[in-house]
Amino acid sequence: MAGPVQSIERAAAILRLLAQGSGRLSLGEVAASLGLAKGTAHGILRTLQSVDFVEQDKATGKYQLGAALLHLGTSYLDINELRSRSINWTDALAARSGEAVRLGVPLEGKVLIVHHVFRPDDTFQTLDVGSLLPLHASALGKILLAYGATPLEPLMETDLESYTRHTLDSPQRLSRALAEIRDTGWAFAAQEMMMGEADIAAPIRGQGGLVVGAVGISGAVDRLSDSKGRPHASLVGLTRDAARAISRDLGAGRW
Amino acid sequence: MVERYVMSIDQGTMSTRCILFDHQGRLVSVGQREHEQYFAKPGWAEHDPTEIWSHLRRAVVPRALEGAGIRPEQIAAIGIANQRETTVVWDRRTGVPVGHAITWQDTRTSGYVEELRRTTGDDFFLERCGLSPTTYFSAPRLRWLFDHVDGLRERAERGEVLFGTMESWLIWNLTGGPDGGLHLTDATNASRTMLMNIRSLSWDDELLAYFDVPRAMLPEIRSSAECYGMARALLPDVPICAALGDQQAALFGQTCFAPGEAKCTYGTGSFLLVNTGTELVRSRHGLLTTVGYKVGDEPPVYALEGPIAVTGSLVQWFRDRLGLIHSAPEIETLARGVEDNGGCYIVPAFSGLFAPHWRSDARGVIVGLTSYITKGHLARAVLEATGWQTREVVDSMNADSPRPLRQLKVDGGMTSNNLLMQFLADVLDMPVVRPMVSETVSLGAAYAAGLASGYWPDLEGLRRNWHRAAQWMPTMDPARRDAEYESWQRAVERSLGWARS
Repeated sequence: MAGPVQSIERAAAILRLLAQGSGRLSLGEVAASLGLAKGTAHGILRTLQSVDFVEQDKATGKYQLGAALLHLGTSYLDINELRSRSINWTDALAARSGEAVRLGVPLEGKVLIVHHVFRPDDTFQTLDVGSLLPLHASALGKILLAYGATPLEPLMETDLESYTRHTLDSPQRLSRALAEIRDTGWAFAAQEMMMGEADIAAPIRGQGGLVVGAVGISGAVDRLSDSKGRPHASLVGLTRDAARAISRDLGAGRW
Repeated sequence: MVERYVMSIDQGTMSTRCILFDHQGRLVSVGQREHEQYFAKPGWAEHDPTEIWSHLRRAVVPRALEGAGIRPEQIAAIGIANQRETTVVWDRRTGVPVGHAITWQDTRTSGYVEELRRTTGDDFFLERCGLSPTTYFSAPRLRWLFDHVDGLRERAERGEVLFGTMESWLIWNLTGGPDGGLHLTDATNASRTMLMNIRSLSWDDELLAYFDVPRAMLPEIRSSAECYGMARALLPDVPICAALGDQQAALFGQTCFAPGEAKCTYGTGSFLLVNTGTELVRSRHGLLTTVGYKVGDEPPVYALEGPIAVTGSLVQWFRDRLGLIHSAPEIETLARGVEDNGGCYIVPAFSGLFAPHWRSDARGVIVGLTSYITKGHLARAVLEATGWQTREVVDSMNADSPRPLRQLKVDGGMTSNNLLMQFLADVLDMPVVRPMVSETVSLGAAYAAGLASGYWPDLEGLRRNWHRAAQWMPTMDPARRDAEYESWQRAVERSLGWARS
């Protein structure tokens, strides 16, 4: 087994140092306190700053703990902020795919719809924002399960509710489907919640690559998939492009 | 066949953007660059026109072309939308601006404006240009420049310096600058100078005489959608086919082509415009009469406009000055933590109230405070202020215009706030609709240019590109709506007359 990573040890020491006393230190003070070369300390501080664990005061140049550390452990992303950052990309996805777009986050064992763009055909539609979907019977939910955005264990202990004959109603079938989703990077659910309806979804990643939500298109199963029941590659591509664009906006970096 | 696109350039207050649209009116790529804001003295607000032109040439347009992976030959037409009323004066021979551009936010002319309202009165101006004097419009600023820059008036008389708003400055530079650049503006922009006759759409002799502005420095007034000429710099041989003020561009982008159709753009401030058709409606309820658009040789389409000074900027104030939220969208989370406003109202008259009150002596108030009020109630009151201010403008529009509004089309950053959009539908008692392309200013300029160049056939074709992305329906109990509106109006009364000059 490899030994400890030195730069991570040093980063932890810098955070501990900043958490002590007045909490505002100059680069020279940080380097001297830990016996590091200034260049080394600066490189670590800059990296910590880029992930918002450390902030630098503009006027004095001194360093202190960053706001992101306070939210650590809650993996907090405001849902209204998520909608606001996504809106241009979800509009474009709806316009290009010709289907309705929804954005979901986990909430108490369900998918909470936080944003909805109408299918661009100007028929009467109502906003779905605030409604809840089952995790195991929607592409949005399966994405959240596959990438650990919500715990899988509670679903593994009981029988899963069956909505149609296509619902993945056993833990084994669900596990297999989730493994496949992790391989391909997208999810498809055809008539798993309601006959005739399908959805395609892809993960939205926040800082550091953590999956914070899912975005997808939903509509009639025969529009979303071909005669063999496979989703159209072009629609999968558009959905994944939108998910990547939103992730970039949220600071996920390249992945 | 090679795919062709329409380019729109939106020269805004904070940044300049270039967006390419395809035949379905879908956004293809974006280039954007912010520019410096100059605040040399309290109340002053300036931009550097040279910086803006250089950003457009070096960064904004190249980035949009690169993003789409296309060459200038693939652009069917260019349309320009711009911050309105911002005043530029430049040397015809060298192309060098005389100082900075004085922006629409600049209030240095407030003393002069008060004086001319007192001595001449509003009617003289209303009859000719449809506007009563405020620091908003260009003519008082031009007057200020003559009074403060030595010899400028004489140079203007001799035709050595040119005046324009931002679209004039950019078109002149795009078409060759000192080497034969076209000096023109469109009727929507000209309608905000206080120098154009609102009926004839030509420079008004009496207004020119009043402000002592020489005709030789003024651009030619053209239609909003019409091919003016070819670009020579930057995008050689691409026709420039549209120019509109940004709010009129948004009206066009929202395809409000029929009388009675209205849109409101929610930014730092908000601007509600209603199409009044070819009929010129003079407001008796505190709205501005303005040119909505003029397509080719067709008669002009007029609009009534209600500007609201503080909407999104109240949320920014809540975030930056009170520090109760980290980002603007978080205000919805905070507001949803409570059931209602708890009896609390905020009137954000930070620098007076615009439409429909026009009271510069108003200042902001928070009323109804009790020990029960939490930051959640304040968050509600912040959002509700935008709803009620819109309601006041809509009431004025319905009182002035023969056709009452049936729905409101919305755009701008605040439309991602579901709580606010639902509240808006509730207090207006009409459907509120968000279109699929939220960049309506850019889209409007592109539509006008595409229409003039034949890229799109007609207004009906453009209408078919418009799609509903979301719709909020009113659900509020009418008795509650009336009671809340009455409370809001009482709060507004308390904001009036606070500032003493």
